[in-house]
Amino acid sequence: MNGVVGEIAGSVRGFLERVGAMTRFFGQVLWNSPATLLRFRLVVEQVYNTGALSLVIIMTCGLFVGMVLGLQGHDLLERFGSEDALGVGAALSLLKELGPVVTALLFAGRAGTALASELGLMRATDQISAMEIMAVDPMRRVVVPRFLGGVIAMPLLTAIFIAVALYGVQLIGVQLLGVDQGQFWSQMRGAVELGDVNEGLIKGFVFGIACSLIAVFEGYNAAPTAEGVGRATTRTVVVSAVVTLVLDYILTALML
Amino acid sequence: MRQSRAIDVSTGLFVLLGFAAIMFLVTQITNREYSWRDQSYRLHARFENVGGLKAGAPVSMAGVTIGRVESIGYDMDLFKAIVTLRIDAHYDRIPNDSDAAIYTAGLLGGQYVGLTPGNSEDAYRDGDDIEFVQDAIVLEKLISKYLFSQAGKDKASAPAAQE
Repeated sequence: MNGVVGEIAGSVRGFLERVGAMTRFFGQVLWNSPATLLRFRLVVEQVYNTGALSLVIIMTCGLFVGMVLGLQGHDLLERFGSEDALGVGAALSLLKELGPVVTALLFAGRAGTALASELGLMRATDQISAMEIMAVDPMRRVVVPRFLGGVIAMPLLTAIFIAVALYGVQLIGVQLLGVDQGQFWSQMRGAVELGDVNEGLIKGFVFGIACSLIAVFEGYNAAPTAEGVGRATTRTVVVSAVVTLVLDYILTALML
Repeated sequence: MRQSRAIDVSTGLFVLLGFAAIMFLVTQITNREYSWRDQSYRLHARFENVGGLKAGAPVSMAGVTIGRVESIGYDMDLFKAIVTLRIDAHYDRIPNDSDAAIYTAGLLGGQYVGLTPGNSEDAYRDGDDIEFVQDAIVLEKLISKYLFSQAGKDKASAPAAQE
């Protein structure tokens, strides 16, 4: 009995330790951000790595998410004879929920893992120690550019995802299932407000901060072994997904 | 150098695409319209009550959207709401005795202004007033009207019952 309690206490302690370490790490990243912004070249490279390279997967998934939404939404709305509301339903659900959340999950899977394994390998092959020896701050040179790149890329990816998904909804709903084009767009325009777009972009931005931070944190603090790098990559995806969904609830409650 | 230029190009493309997507979301799927050139004319209509009509609501004729409600103000001289309608310029032959009414689109829809064409030979010009208007139907007014008419009936029949 005592052993179980001790084990639970130990894992709670471990969890708290990680949360604390991550908070401290976040502080360090923010502290070093202005200095890195002066060397914008490094950030641009990372926008390319995290954003431009994620574009294909984001657009493909967006198209299919939109097409599924078109099918499902049409099937559901048809029962009430209000297929015309497909545009509103799809646009609002994409802007407020699906867009930011699915983009964040894909981002964690595509860009987050790349960041974590890259940093983990740097750690495992002593590149980070080498930098420290050469008096190059690895925080400024390696970690912060990756973080900022992700933060810049995520809202843009979210917007692209939503736009492509809406095209997918339109493709299935209007072209295939015969929802009236005019009703589809005009009802959407009538019901969607600028605030809804902002909500989606704010969520994308916050998820971008969370997912990028988790990826660089896990990678930077990976155990310097092959196993450690693997574990860091796995943790990146798992923790990013959980944190994204928890943050999503909090943000929704705040902005509703 | 060559490689970093390739990176710049695709990064630039990505960022542009991102901003294009944001612009698309802001301009195409919200009720805001940003037109480069304002090809439209304005009509004014004074209503006793506009109900839940909002700026940006569609103005339609025979169900076709021909413009938007630009603004809603209050006329202190006539004590009426003054609604400015912005009509698309290529609907330029609306008879100048057409009437405006505020309708509700469906059970869940918002309110909109419907124009019904009149018989006049002359068309509305920019800045004209719409003379014939029909107010928004306010549910509470209808209910109270109904209740009062019921109460009236009860009173009429009540004395007969007492006697």
